[in-house]
Amino acid sequence: MSEGMEQPEMEESDHKEISVAEFFEKNRHLLGFENPQKSIITVTKEAVDNSLDACEGDEILPEIHVLIDEIGDEKCRIEIRDNAIGLDRETIPKVFGKLLYGSKFHKLQQSRGQQGIGISASAMYAQLTTGEPVTVWSKQEGEPCHKFVVRIDTEKNEPEIIEDEVVGKDSDEFPGGKDYYFDHGTTIEMNIEAKYTGGHHSVKNYLKHTAIMNPYARIVLREPDGNKIEYPRVSKDLPQKPKEIKPHPHGVELGIMMRMIEGSSARTVSSFLQNEFTRVGRTSADDICEEAGIDSDRRPNTLDKDEIETLLKAAQNVKLQSPPKDCLSPIGEELIEKGLQKELNPDMIFAETRKPKVYKGNPFQVEVGLAWGGDIDEEGSFDELRFANKVPLLYKKSSCVTTKAVEEVSWNRYNVSQTGDRPQGPLYILVHIASVWVPFTSEGKEAVANYEDIRKEMKLALQEVGRKLGRELKRQERREIQEKKKRQLTSYAKEMGPAIVELAGEGSPEEIEEKIQAMVHADYNPEQL
Amino acid sequence: MPKKDLANDETTIEKLTHLGRKLKNQLYDADSENLTIETKVRSKSNVEYDEEDGRLELGDSFSQRKFLNISHARKFMQTTLVASKAKELVENGRTASIREVYYQLKHTVPGLDENTFEDQDESNNVVVDIETATGAIREDLHLFAEPKGRLFGPIKINDSGDTIDGMSMGSAGMAIPSIVDHLEFEENNADFILVVETSAMVNRLVEEDFHEEQNAIIIGTGGQPARGARRLINMMHNELDLPVYVFTDGDPWGYYIYSVLKSGSMSLAFQSDRLATPDAKLIGMTMEDIETYDLHHVTEDLKGKPKGSGGPTKDFKRIHDVMDYEWMKNDDWQNQLQKMLDMGVRVEQQALAAQSLEFVANEYLPNKIENEEFLD
Repeated sequence: MSEGMEQPEMEESDHKEISVAEFFEKNRHLLGFENPQKSIITVTKEAVDNSLDACEGDEILPEIHVLIDEIGDEKCRIEIRDNAIGLDRETIPKVFGKLLYGSKFHKLQQSRGQQGIGISASAMYAQLTTGEPVTVWSKQEGEPCHKFVVRIDTEKNEPEIIEDEVVGKDSDEFPGGKDYYFDHGTTIEMNIEAKYTGGHHSVKNYLKHTAIMNPYARIVLREPDGNKIEYPRVSKDLPQKPKEIKPHPHGVELGIMMRMIEGSSARTVSSFLQNEFTRVGRTSADDICEEAGIDSDRRPNTLDKDEIETLLKAAQNVKLQSPPKDCLSPIGEELIEKGLQKELNPDMIFAETRKPKVYKGNPFQVEVGLAWGGDIDEEGSFDELRFANKVPLLYKKSSCVTTKAVEEVSWNRYNVSQTGDRPQGPLYILVHIASVWVPFTSEGKEAVANYEDIRKEMKLALQEVGRKLGRELKRQERREIQEKKKRQLTSYAKEMGPAIVELAGEGSPEEIEEKIQAMVHADYNPEQL
Repeated sequence: MPKKDLANDETTIEKLTHLGRKLKNQLYDADSENLTIETKVRSKSNVEYDEEDGRLELGDSFSQRKFLNISHARKFMQTTLVASKAKELVENGRTASIREVYYQLKHTVPGLDENTFEDQDESNNVVVDIETATGAIREDLHLFAEPKGRLFGPIKINDSGDTIDGMSMGSAGMAIPSIVDHLEFEENNADFILVVETSAMVNRLVEEDFHEEQNAIIIGTGGQPARGARRLINMMHNELDLPVYVFTDGDPWGYYIYSVLKSGSMSLAFQSDRLATPDAKLIGMTMEDIETYDLHHVTEDLKGKPKGSGGPTKDFKRIHDVMDYEWMKNDDWQNQLQKMLDMGVRVEQQALAAQSLEFVANEYLPNKIENEEFLD
């Protein structure tokens, strides 16, 4: 706004607080609800992510059921059950009936969801498109099963409880009956505007990708036509649980720093730095203050904005130890191989988990996998399996760093043909980035931003598995040539037996052929070109 | 017609048997790890021009065809098939066209998605291989190609008991068979042999009774002369002492036809002594004819573009190729070809019709012969 320009008086009175619901309605695309086809994937994704996070948090092997029924034109009933630890009675309504309520937003820990916004947004979506509340059942071990029917009061952003009862195991109200009985877990059911479809962008494909990345989970999908698809569990090893960490000064921005100061109870700048950040000890804290020219004993809340900015700059200039890496939870080469094996049944699999690295103060780790041949369709270009913190990314492929990394690799050097920059063949390429803070390109969390540090790691990992694939393809090609040669010469021998006997005017055709066959066999070496 | 019983049959069978025994011995020899057939290298690198004889000759480079080498295996198998078929033919006193042999031997190889021979080119190549490997020429092997070329003129030829009169062959002429070694010349009244490249020119000359008027044997080759025609010209020249004049288009292809007749070809260099006629002379067309007979308006531009101009080089490239052959190195030939390049044109035999239809028979050829205007 240019200086001296007068504000019209009217404008003042136009300003008013908008409700969460209004915001949601206008911006539903930001959260993945722009059309009925995508919305059903988003709802599934939010619920399944939560379930997997919850199970892993309590070291339970996940068992997840997704049940979808069509209940009218572009309307579906969707029900998702898990066997996690369950929620207590007080928490249930808030989780599902209050936007921006969650356990994850304030923590720096690798998890699937990062903001805890998703499942209540789904409930909101249900409410907006069908006018119906969501139903939640949750049971903790040894406790009764609680059933809640919850609406979101959009004016106040508070849950409005319509039903609250305890249901017995034998009750008709108990979710799913004996087929689906879990001693602990949560089930959520809602009716939404949705369109169930197949193809790349589908619930089925989303769950398939999820199953690849989470091979220790058992997932069952019941499609609207009654067809059941099981994604089996092939490992009982859960990945190592990630540790929660504090932010690292190199990865923090000014606004966050200001908020941290506001929320901190530290009495001095020095202790603020030591308490709120990782890798800042007494010495480093004093170094930062000295660099910034700020008295380390000042009370943090006396710092003005410029001083905080100076402090942040100083913190980023001082050499600090990298953040700890145990906050990351890669799934590891073995599980990648198992996941790819069970869902794709290829000929060959190669996986690579890189060591953790840091971009802008954030630790991250890249994993890749290649699956080649076997049941994978020969037609056309490769398929990409993109994951961020084990969550499949189905949309915005072309703007994702994974795609850029794939295109930077010279695949034809590894005996894989290329069309343009893209490899071709019966090939799946899996790329996973695990990080406390994945830099998505937008709120929709559909693509990872193209940071050079990340792209480089992905490229190196892809080259590593590419080399392995190339070697194996070369070996296979040689073996095929050898086998073809043997087949050819064996057949020629049959032709030549009688011909040589006729020419020489002596001998038996069978014996001559046998001699030639023996010669061919002695020459045959499948490992040699 | 009686079965062919050629003088060489016994030696031929011996040569083929020798090849078979060699292969068999390799199989029974514990030290031998491969089946090999030795043939002479037939590429340009192993062809030499003998200046004294004026013929192309094959050098001493041998190549080994190895069965276990996958790029040789197929040809190796084919060689044994054709060789054993040839032996069968010789033993039974039969001859067969290479097309018949091709069909006799062609079948799907059991267990493979391929045939013993996919096209006749494959079997034709193999025949030449067997010739160089055994030293028995195709005629000895009782294998013949389709007749190509025709003959007119005052000569009587005996073919397996039948007398053929070259003067009473109508407008089609006597077809020259692929194997001519058994032909006998009963009576000859010709003064020279005129070898003509194009069929159209042969027709013209026959219609003008050139062979009768000039006592000439006309041989039409229909392009590159087949080996039957080349052998027949060689035989007539040597046995009847007739001069040979070659009449081709004035272009690099025509001059190459002349050189093949005169000195032999690279692919059959091992038989030059039987096929080449070093005494043959070119009667035309020459580049000078364009001036002498005022043919400027009936020449054709060379196709393609000169070397280094960036375009497709076509005729220009061919001219340079021919100029680079050792046997075309003498000044007269270099001159002709250089003129062709300088003028950027070629001239066809039929261009002479620009004067009149009879011109070639009544003036062009007789004048050149009388004035002994030849290129050697």
